[in-house]
Amino acid sequence: MPDGDSTGLAELYQELILDHYRRPRNQGSLEAYTRRVALANPTCGDELELDLLLDGDTIADVRFSGHGCSISQASASMMTQLVKGRKLTEAKALAARFSEMMHGSAEAARDKALGEARALAGVARFPVRVKCALLGWNALEESTKPQA
Amino acid sequence: MRDVRADFPMLEQRVHGHRLVYLDSAATTQKPRQVIDAIGDYYRTLNANVHRGAYDLAVRATDAYEAVRADVAAFVGAPDPAGVIFVRGATEAINLVAASLGRLRVRSGDTIVVTAMEHHSNLIPWQLLAEAREARVVMAELTRDGQLDLADFRRALERQPRIVAFTHVSNVLGTINPVAELTRLAHDAGALVVVDGAQAVPHLAVNVAELDCDFYAFSGHKMLGPMGIGVLVGKPALLDAMPPYHGGGEMIRTVHDTTATYAPLPHKFEAGTPNVEGAIGLGAAIRYLNALGMREVAAHEIALARYALERLAAVEGVTLYGPAERAGVVSFTLADIHPHDLATIVDSEGVAIRAGHHCAQPLMRRLDVAATARATFYVYNTREDVDALVAALEKARALFGYAHA
Repeated sequence: MPDGDSTGLAELYQELILDHYRRPRNQGSLEAYTRRVALANPTCGDELELDLLLDGDTIADVRFSGHGCSISQASASMMTQLVKGRKLTEAKALAARFSEMMHGSAEAARDKALGEARALAGVARFPVRVKCALLGWNALEESTKPQA
Repeated sequence: MRDVRADFPMLEQRVHGHRLVYLDSAATTQKPRQVIDAIGDYYRTLNANVHRGAYDLAVRATDAYEAVRADVAAFVGAPDPAGVIFVRGATEAINLVAASLGRLRVRSGDTIVVTAMEHHSNLIPWQLLAEAREARVVMAELTRDGQLDLADFRRALERQPRIVAFTHVSNVLGTINPVAELTRLAHDAGALVVVDGAQAVPHLAVNVAELDCDFYAFSGHKMLGPMGIGVLVGKPALLDAMPPYHGGGEMIRTVHDTTATYAPLPHKFEAGTPNVEGAIGLGAAIRYLNALGMREVAAHEIALARYALERLAAVEGVTLYGPAERAGVVSFTLADIHPHDLATIVDSEGVAIRAGHHCAQPLMRRLDVAATARATFYVYNTREDVDALVAALEKARALFGYAHA
């Protein structure tokens, strides 16, 4: 891509994101899971299922499955990497932080707590793609809700 | 066909610094000045509520509205304008038939046959009807190249369905169904036939009398007209026997405290103030298409689709879906690049295509894909538009790390 790409495409499809798309981390299902959340994006047909194995209130293991575009898959992959081993409250806070970044917060985009997921900051410039990036995180948020 | 692009103000627009290459006409078409002006003129010179005013303006508005009904009838070869019902679009037209004819004709245990290439708008209304009447929906399968499997269609007809519903042209594959033949087979099996013509009327010369189908639905906004106006064409004898769909003003004859009698066709099915501006716009669209000639329109699009198939097949990694002979609809995927990513990338070059399941999830499952990218063509598209798409796809390949072919 030429420098000064005015459309932000080079940032959107940078190597790290394509790498997570093509080699997703923590992909699959857990045989034993504590929480399972399935979410879909009915307008585009993306589907995602997130399994969490909890040890107390710590995410001992996490997997995701489904299908979708590079942004939704890479984002879910990065999310699982980030929350594995964390407490539910921490995971919830990260989801909130990621959502801020998707809504254009430059401060959130600098937050090292988001790790590799910061590579997705450029999605904020593509409003129709924000929902793709949020799919996995929304599933995470759903799974952190207190169970009935 | 003459170059019509100058008639379409929208196409003067630039997107991300590029000429707008609009390849999503199966979703909705752009509008020529002639249609935009007709709607403006209506509100400047003719606006009044129809069918009730005793004053001159109301009479003229009513005449204009009813004149479009006759134009529509002539455009699709309907012998009697009384069988032309104005609705919001093809979706409402099919829902009208499912609700009204369903009440009259479908009982517990009955079968309704559809095909595996239906848009959700010609599937969900039948699912709802089947659920309400304890009937069942049977789906006729497709061949590997995306045409209706006639043997499976015949097998489905052996269940003696009450209603058979199918699309004239597939919005995903561009497949043109042999409507007259399918209708004859369905009639022989004792069924009534409902055809979704949303992707056909804008693109082919359609004659419902020759097709002999019982109901035919289409939308104005997919044929250069405005949104919110569509048409159900039905055989008047059948429509006459059917109960009203919506109740309200305009559709009555006499109203008593607890009962009412209904207006004759077509107004029995047009409750409430109709979309007069929409009908006027549709009338202008029909005049525009007639001036171009529907046979020329069809030839232009079929040639463009053929050119697009040829050019896309030469892009490394492209998979094409659907038959060789088709209307102006081309669905494809490109290597492991998700269709949504493709749509975002080609948009940066000013090329508007659609990505997703195209409201045809059962078909997507049979194609074994979650989504496809889709380019669709209309009167204002050119070979240069296809070339622009192909160039933009090469950009997508480069972004995803595929070397130039």
